[in-house]
Amino acid sequence: MLGRIVFFLCLPSVLAAQLCKPNAAEGFKVRLSIKTALGDKAYEWNRNQRFLFQAAIAFAMSHHLELEFNVSNILVCDETPRVSFWFVVTSPGDPSRLVGKESVELAVRESRSRINNILLLNDATLEFVGVLPTLTAPVKPATPSWLIVFGVVIGMVGAGIVFLLVSTVVQKKRKKNEVAEEEDDDEEAQMKRTAGNEGIYNTSFSEYDRNTQM
Amino acid sequence: MKLKLKLPNPGLDDRIPSHGDLERMEKDEAGDRPQWDNKAQYLLTCVGFCVGLGNVWRFPYLCQSHGGGAFMIPFLILLVLEGIPLLHLEFAIGQRLRKGSVGVWRSINPYLAGVGIASMLVSFLVGVYYNTIMAWIMWYLFNSFQDPLPWSQCPLNANRTGYVEECARSTTVDYFWYRETLNTSTAIDESGGLQWWMVLSLIAAWTVLYVCCIRGIETTGKAVYITSTLPYLVLTIFLVRGLTLKGSTEGIKYLFTPDVNELMNPSTWLDAGAQVFYSFSLAFGGLISFSSYNSVHNNCEQDAVLISIINGCTSVYSATVIYSIIGFRATQKYDECFGDNILKLMNAFNYPENNITQSNYNEILTHLNNTSPDVIQGLSLQICDMQTFLSQGVEGTGLAFIVFTEAIIEMPISPLWAVLFFIMLFCLGLSTMFGSIEGVIAPLLDLKLLPRSWPKEVISGLTCFASLALGLIFALRSGNYWLALFDNFAGSIPLLVIGFFEMISVVYIYGMDRFNKDLEFMIGHKPNIFWQATWRVISPLIMIFILIFYFVTQVTKELTYLVWDQEAESFPTLAERYYPQWVYVMIFILAGVPSLAIPVFALYKLIQRKCCKKDYDDSTVDTISAKIQMSDKMKL
Repeated sequence: MLGRIVFFLCLPSVLAAQLCKPNAAEGFKVRLSIKTALGDKAYEWNRNQRFLFQAAIAFAMSHHLELEFNVSNILVCDETPRVSFWFVVTSPGDPSRLVGKESVELAVRESRSRINNILLLNDATLEFVGVLPTLTAPVKPATPSWLIVFGVVIGMVGAGIVFLLVSTVVQKKRKKNEVAEEEDDDEEAQMKRTAGNEGIYNTSFSEYDRNTQM
Repeated sequence: MKLKLKLPNPGLDDRIPSHGDLERMEKDEAGDRPQWDNKAQYLLTCVGFCVGLGNVWRFPYLCQSHGGGAFMIPFLILLVLEGIPLLHLEFAIGQRLRKGSVGVWRSINPYLAGVGIASMLVSFLVGVYYNTIMAWIMWYLFNSFQDPLPWSQCPLNANRTGYVEECARSTTVDYFWYRETLNTSTAIDESGGLQWWMVLSLIAAWTVLYVCCIRGIETTGKAVYITSTLPYLVLTIFLVRGLTLKGSTEGIKYLFTPDVNELMNPSTWLDAGAQVFYSFSLAFGGLISFSSYNSVHNNCEQDAVLISIINGCTSVYSATVIYSIIGFRATQKYDECFGDNILKLMNAFNYPENNITQSNYNEILTHLNNTSPDVIQGLSLQICDMQTFLSQGVEGTGLAFIVFTEAIIEMPISPLWAVLFFIMLFCLGLSTMFGSIEGVIAPLLDLKLLPRSWPKEVISGLTCFASLALGLIFALRSGNYWLALFDNFAGSIPLLVIGFFEMISVVYIYGMDRFNKDLEFMIGHKPNIFWQATWRVISPLIMIFILIFYFVTQVTKELTYLVWDQEAESFPTLAERYYPQWVYVMIFILAGVPSLAIPVFALYKLIQRKCCKKDYDDSTVDTISAKIQMSDKMKL
């Protein structure tokens, strides 16, 4: 009786040892780089952290396959000081049967960011060997921002050009009026000067019209 | 020992204003010639013209590749023997004869007007391609107002499983430059179509230039207060930022570590001479124009020395700043390379994290090599060499648009640094463009090719529009290759030829004695023995050496250019291709036409004189004014 109890107690771990081994057909290798990701705030990889990992994978499998997975369905083995290990997923209905690699991969990809956040890591520091990270496309706004800046610059420059051209035209007009006034002033000044120097200026000979009319 | 060599030059006194005329013009402030508002505007404009993109991306490269600190020796020597005398000459002759480049050389001797025409052509061609670089800078500037910067990420490929292959094989900055900016083709004859975003950037660059040049020095004189001073401010900001980054001192050490053996290499001296010459923007005609707007008694000797010193110091200062940032980038790449190797080792041998560091990497690697060499082989570890990273692609557009942008994305608050950097490059280039445009417009006015009644605004608008139209060639997919062609041939040999002829004209045709007297009249004392020696002998000799060297190297070397080709074996390094045959025609147009303008115009003038000389007296009698003049003469 005792023997049978011991046998049944040891069976899961024996089965686990057989199911989960390095390079298992349905297994994945995982590498964690905790110190790279967290620096001073890095946590020690121990049994509890492993438990958390198992729980996260169980969540991902349940979410993907809509079956109820338990922490005991996630078998972890071959841990190294690198912090890398292999894991396999057993079926909830039959613990001796493994869930296919494709399903596990899809489940992990679907909930990748959740798993990362649970362990405070990211795609680079929590590596599932063989599973490609899902890439986020760079955000593209509706109007490329450079067009907006371009529009602003062209607008300012265009306004500058218009302002300068208009001010040139205005200045020219003003000059024309001034020159006309100056000519009249010059006449008067000349008359006054000659009057002061050489006697009285005889106005009958002055020409108001500089140009002889034809 | 006085060289009394002077070529006969009849009628010189009739063509130039005498000292008495100059004094009168000074007092009356007569003439419609524009004037500087104050001395500062003039100095800032000249400094801005001289200090350009070459100070930032050509000098540091030359310095580092020709023996670091030791390069300063040939650079300074040639600055003093070649740069300052030529600069003084251009300032003095412009101030004395008070005309643009064509007017000055035509006054000295009508046969020499070709020198001015050559200057005008070179200024035009160089202006066209230089402003295209400005357009690229503006494009990067427009794209810097976003976080994350667009050149920090690769776009995803069609089925979103990975990055675009071209980007994955090279780097994000390479991809942004060659694909998203230039959309470059694989050869110069594959012109592709016009890239609309490049056309927009070109329009932006030319309109900004137009608004600054619209009324000649009236508007540029105001613009230079900003465009000439802002680069120094930004350089200082970058220096402070750079020195606080990790690895910056590595870069500065690499830059200045002297290698005295390089001084034995003649190409070091020739590169130094060429750099001094191009850096001073001589032979463009712009400097002559600018100094012709000065008052007659302005101390041009002092100005020449001052501007030369400023130019030299700016080169050294910007080299320091650039290399501090390059040192930072090299250190980043070095750490990345090491990090990759360490990760590979860790993953293969299951070492815990932080067991392997840069310091014990070598011993662990040797240990592992002894125990399991085949695994090490399989890992394909890279060799991480700091010197390689420091010497990567650090001149020209490669420096600004690839290396520096890569460094900027590693810095915190990248958009800020990107905006500052590109504004600085923009200001440096814009102030140089002012001189270029001046070098085109002043001769046009002197040659009286355009009606006098056309206002300045229209003339500068036409010039900008014509240059924009020609510049559209650079908005093609092969535009980058065209630009390299223009840069190599339009902006090199013709300038050296013109510079040489300028010296000979002033010293031997205008006459050194007359020139000395002019300087005594203008600045109050006769130029001392240093100027005499350099103007008469030393500088022309140096010019000839450099000219011959350049000519020989260009003619003897095979004409190849570098292309960005995905299919090439060396990708992502640029592949070398031979130019197609028709490019030789282009090279002749770019380099030959301006250089040949000098003798061709002299010949044309000779033929004109010879064939029209007999009819000279008869043809003028027909006009009324000629009749009146003749009758006046008879009375006298």
